[in-house]
Amino acid sequence: MTLLPLYYGLLALLVIGVAWWTLVARETMAAVIGFIAYGMLLGLVWAGIASVDVALTEAAIGGGVTGVLLLRAAARLRPTEPAPHEKPGLVFRVLVGIFCAIVTIGLAVVVLFPTDPAPSLAIAAAEHLPALELGNPVTAVLIAYRALDTMLEKVVLLLALIGVWSLGPDRNWGGLPGRAPAVVTDSALTFLAKLLPPIGIVFGVYLLWTSADNPGGAFQGGTVLAAMWILAMMAGLRAPPAIGSRALRLLLLSGTITFIVVGFAGFLIAGGFLSYPAAFPKALILLIEIPMTLTIAVTLGLLVSGPAERDKTS
Amino acid sequence: MTGETTAALLATTSGGYLLVLAIMLPLIGTIAIVLLGGQRAERVALVVAPLGLVIAAAILASVWSSGQPLVYIVGGWRPPLGLALRSDGISAVMIAITAIVMCATVLFARGQFRGPAPGVEGRAQMVFWSLLLAVWGALNAVFLGDDLFNLYVALELLTFGAVPLVCLDGRAETLSAALRYLLFALMGSVLYLLGVALIYGAYGTLDIVLLAGVVRSEPVIWVAVALMTVGLIAKTALFPLHLWLPNAHAGAPAAASAILSALVVKGSFFLILRLWFDVMPGQIHLPAQILGFLGAGAILLGSVLALRQARLKLLIAYSTIAQIGYLFLLFPLAVGSGIASPFASIAWTAGLLQLASHAFAKAAMFMAAGMIYEALGHDRIDRLGGAGRVVPIAVFAFAIGGLSLMGLPPSGGFSAKWMLLQASVGEGQWWWIIVITLGGLLAAGYIFRVISPTLIQPFPAPELKAVVPVSRQGVALALALFAVLLGFVPLEPWPLLQIGRTAVEAHLP
Amino acid sequence: MNAATLFGLCGAVLVGLGLYGIIVHHEPIRKILAFNLLGGGVFVLFGIIARRGAAAGFGGDPVPQALVITGIVVAFSASAVAVTLVMRLFEVNEAARREARSGHSAEDAG
Repeated sequence: MTLLPLYYGLLALLVIGVAWWTLVARETMAAVIGFIAYGMLLGLVWAGIASVDVALTEAAIGGGVTGVLLLRAAARLRPTEPAPHEKPGLVFRVLVGIFCAIVTIGLAVVVLFPTDPAPSLAIAAAEHLPALELGNPVTAVLIAYRALDTMLEKVVLLLALIGVWSLGPDRNWGGLPGRAPAVVTDSALTFLAKLLPPIGIVFGVYLLWTSADNPGGAFQGGTVLAAMWILAMMAGLRAPPAIGSRALRLLLLSGTITFIVVGFAGFLIAGGFLSYPAAFPKALILLIEIPMTLTIAVTLGLLVSGPAERDKTS
Repeated sequence: MTGETTAALLATTSGGYLLVLAIMLPLIGTIAIVLLGGQRAERVALVVAPLGLVIAAAILASVWSSGQPLVYIVGGWRPPLGLALRSDGISAVMIAITAIVMCATVLFARGQFRGPAPGVEGRAQMVFWSLLLAVWGALNAVFLGDDLFNLYVALELLTFGAVPLVCLDGRAETLSAALRYLLFALMGSVLYLLGVALIYGAYGTLDIVLLAGVVRSEPVIWVAVALMTVGLIAKTALFPLHLWLPNAHAGAPAAASAILSALVVKGSFFLILRLWFDVMPGQIHLPAQILGFLGAGAILLGSVLALRQARLKLLIAYSTIAQIGYLFLLFPLAVGSGIASPFASIAWTAGLLQLASHAFAKAAMFMAAGMIYEALGHDRIDRLGGAGRVVPIAVFAFAIGGLSLMGLPPSGGFSAKWMLLQASVGEGQWWWIIVITLGGLLAAGYIFRVISPTLIQPFPAPELKAVVPVSRQGVALALALFAVLLGFVPLEPWPLLQIGRTAVEAHLP
Repeated sequence: MNAATLFGLCGAVLVGLGLYGIIVHHEPIRKILAFNLLGGGVFVLFGIIARRGAAAGFGGDPVPQALVITGIVVAFSASAVAVTLVMRLFEVNEAARREARSGHSAEDAG
């Protein structure tokens, strides 16, 4: 037990050290590898502050998938990486450093002298769980109390995907994402893509399993599973589908459309937009969660796959 | 404010469902376009646009006639646990301005983006129309959100909708402009989010109305709001964080430039207003002066740079930087000598009038510049000769919009600047008078630089690259005329703008 | 010092480091990396706020935890768009350079 503070202290130092490395590493590739380690360590930090849901999301999305995205970019940009010729002047860097130090000190003061007692909505969030037939309060926040945030966030994902797609050439519009059939040349990427999915799938299944006791865990589990699907796709196990395909578009939008339909149905059956009827909230929440998991998985996967750069026939 | 009255402010009002529709309708349009394909995008937009206009009118009429804000409690979960949508007088005006400019843009952009063959989806076609409607929904979400994190999601919607529009043509210059825009915007978002975290940690709520009742002047709120303001300034392109704007706004297709300059930058500006006037308690004299000085810097720098541009679209973009500057004069003048000061409400009216007339005039000018480009095949200002002959209505629309930017009567720009001057005199802040006057003179300079060559008929006559239909030129003219019409509103404070202001209600006896 | 305060200070440092990177780095890809460092720091600050708000038998206040989950997904989307933009810009420039080079050598041959 006495080792715990020591472990936390080391962890915090390690996170800062890795962040520093990411910042100052000469080569972009080295910085990206530092960043992946950063994501994994942050996952441990999250576990340390008792947020398993967030720990997994952070490790899977923040470290894993973002890392893969950046690794691939760094590998592609490497041959032409310019010498750091336009390095800003010392005076500028010192001024920026002072500014950033002020921000950090300001935040540190807020952390060291927090509002006491700490305000919390935990009790309010717990109060309505039985009425929603949910066990996991985080899920209740995401899908009920702040459902509008979650719904708009799904549209953000869609817009990001439209943005990614928009960056392809006109002639390949509607075709297959990515440049060539998933040829993975980078050894670090191959390693990661082979190492992570088994671990991730175990985590995802664990989340689904706990959802038996903790109804509603599937929502976060879906995000983790999606992350693993992306890695599998990048390792060449799965080919991405053509972006013009009507079936793909339907799959892509299924969760969001269901969410919106249920939201508007609330006007008729529960007295308002995004209200759940007292008689069967759980059924409707599941109805949203299942296609939503698909939507999240497909969108994240396509975001990483990039714009269409091949014809459907190739 | 007592807890009881705060609670009373946050209950669904009759007609509150209109707020849900205002946000969701355009977003449903976006989803429909992705699902049905870009080849049907125009038809979807032509259905969404008039409906959106009707909803906006209904919101405005309802707030105006009842004198009360519209409120909708989403899902029946009351804040702080749940989310509220709320339209006070200012929101209603913003929603209406947005709807008008959006409808005009839909009409202007008809037929501009085509697929490779009839019935086949094109890239630019699908992207433009889906994101145009998304920007509309995002703006409405920004104007109606009452929760700071919900507003963060709305801001991200706005950013992701706007950035790809910049590089729709896929050229290296526009890609690089879009990347710069995105990086500024992302830094802005993350600073905003940091402030949200601090506020939640201190007060346990993110609802603006509830916050107004509990916020005390203490370090945490100052750190939070300062971080959020810097972030929002980066997104609004206020001097000195304006560097991304000119190339981004000038590189986009005309229809996209119109909404980027007229509307998108105002989304983040609106949140700065909300933070300082609706969340922060009293005493904000110093930050208001700082924001005013940044605005003054923007007016002078933007105007001087506009004067020096060789290309028309870049000139208009630099002028946006200057015109954004005027909006920030609202801060020192509305704070002035206190909330009850008559000049404070004059400043509010002037600010909103400036915002509206710039939205209409700037959208019209970008559209006109786009049509001049189509007709002549370029937009170099020194070779605009003959433009007045080939696209006369577009040039006329540009000139009328320009009147409003210069602040010549009758125009919304004139009324706005006149009232800003009035407020400056009334508050005894004479230094803004110099800036406003100088800005107007410089604007006159850059507008005449464009207008005068268009009236000359060069020999040989310029080769006509494309015929621009009169109907599209008419859209730009109609928008410019809206800016002129605003010049006929009475030069006195609009009571509409004070409806539902938490700060105002808190100061009522 | 308890774990929440310790990690809170850690988050404050991460924010400073990330902010410095965003402003000072010249290459877009390094700016994107710094943006993610900064984002990680902000989320950790949310996390300690959640931790301090532990009540009702939960390990933390579920509201900030949910906000972080939404935030992580949004930050990832942002990185995806930004990285794709960087790659596209690189390819367009690369193609232009190739064209210039081949045009140049054709002139030499002629």
